[in-house]
Amino acid sequence: MASRTFPSPVPDPDTEAFWQAAKDGTLMIGSCRNCGEKHYYPRSVCPHCGSGDVTLVASSGTGEIYSWSVLRRADPPYAIAYVTLDDGPTMMTNIVDCDLDTLAIGQRVELVFSPTEDEDGPPVPTFRPAAP
Amino acid sequence: MSINGKAYVAGVYEHPTRRAVDKSLAQLHAESALGALADAGLGKDDIDGYFCAGDAPGLGALSMADYLGLRLRHIDTTECGGSSYILHVGHAAEAIALGKCSVALITLAGRPRAEGMATGTAPRNYGSTSPDVAFEFPFGPTVVNMYAMCANRHMYEYGTTSEQLAWIKVAASHHAQHNPDAVLKNVVTVEEVVNSPMISDPLHRLDCCVISDGGGAIIVTSPEVARSLDRPLVRVRGAGEAPKHQMGGTIDLTYSGARWSGATAFEEAGVKPADMKYVSIYDSFTITVLMQLEDLGFCEKGQGGRLVSDGNLISGVGALPFNTDGGGLCNNHPANRGGLTKVVEAVRQLRGEAHPAVQVANCDLALAHGTGGSLGTRHGAATVILERE
Repeated sequence: MASRTFPSPVPDPDTEAFWQAAKDGTLMIGSCRNCGEKHYYPRSVCPHCGSGDVTLVASSGTGEIYSWSVLRRADPPYAIAYVTLDDGPTMMTNIVDCDLDTLAIGQRVELVFSPTEDEDGPPVPTFRPAAP
Repeated sequence: MSINGKAYVAGVYEHPTRRAVDKSLAQLHAESALGALADAGLGKDDIDGYFCAGDAPGLGALSMADYLGLRLRHIDTTECGGSSYILHVGHAAEAIALGKCSVALITLAGRPRAEGMATGTAPRNYGSTSPDVAFEFPFGPTVVNMYAMCANRHMYEYGTTSEQLAWIKVAASHHAQHNPDAVLKNVVTVEEVVNSPMISDPLHRLDCCVISDGGGAIIVTSPEVARSLDRPLVRVRGAGEAPKHQMGGTIDLTYSGARWSGATAFEEAGVKPADMKYVSIYDSFTITVLMQLEDLGFCEKGQGGRLVSDGNLISGVGALPFNTDGGGLCNNHPANRGGLTKVVEAVRQLRGEAHPAVQVANCDLALAHGTGGSLGTRHGAATVILERE
């Protein structure tokens, strides 16, 4: 089955460390030293308490599908999803390496980075059905 | 301080075009402006406030003020996607209440069909400076698949069905058959909706709105100006606005910002959902209508599927007549922004100027509500409550 080509994200000063970690194979999420809450996408200020004392922490890379939809009109069709990480935040992603007709809310998934179209572009965090 | 009774909608206009290969963007804005002025019985030089959003050409208000030759003392270019123009009615009322202007013009126009835009199924990149883009654009978020994820989650949590969503399109089509300008004039059935091609699970082709060129305009005036005109008096009773976003990753796709904007508007107006004789509800997709009706308080959360079923939204048939022009689902979705036409049809209803086949009897209180941006990521909710004097 053909898979879609992922456009490369463009790192900026706010997100450079996140994308460097992605190149190293780790999904990072935002974490606040003040309130202790996690957030996604990562940013320079905590969206929960407003503190600037934020850092990145590694995610376990496991979670479950919060919602999904297969864009049947795309060529090739692909599955967009929100995945709720076991670490807390819910993030936008694609479900890859899967049967597009068997996706379900609540389904367990695991992180797999997918390469992007630019040679130097960082990979993006996608998910596949978890091994049983 | 409240805007209740401080401003009136004196003029409305919906451009009749649905495909405008022969007109420029500025021209569509201008023709819409002139249409609303004529409807109100006012002239260009009466305008002292101008409101527009991201669809306006060039530098927005500056470019259009230049094109139209307006002399202004108040401008507002608040961009909230397709709900902007509902929000602008509230902002215009605020400005009028404060004496910052007395005749406010709001315009909308666009030509996505003429430009061959893949409106619903192509990812939109809002530019690399938008902080969410790097974390979303690679995954192909489009208009339709984001709303589809809302529908999927709503079905999962509340048992909402495709057949229930289809009733919303069915109701819109019953209204559109009486609108000669509507893009889709044929009455459709629940079966036809659920058997139309799947675009993005669980939304079918007929769960989606039309794509159309066009535009529209609204004139909001002070009470003094409104009373000097030979038009029915439509008073702004209340308005509310609220953004909703991803809240740092605590995402809940089952409700919209209507929960907040609606509460604000109802409180300001001193009325409740059951008082509404007619509602204009933004209908980019069927699911949009269902969620907004729940969040505005027309039923308990999760009961929207029952609320919209069995023709309950059809004028003359059900208890909650909506979008009697055919809405975005069948009539018109100019510039991919359906907020302005929601106000237009609400005003037609309040004046008794809707098509006789869909006119609501004794329609003295109406609501217009919109969602701009994307229900699945970040959006601006705007509600306005209007009353016929």
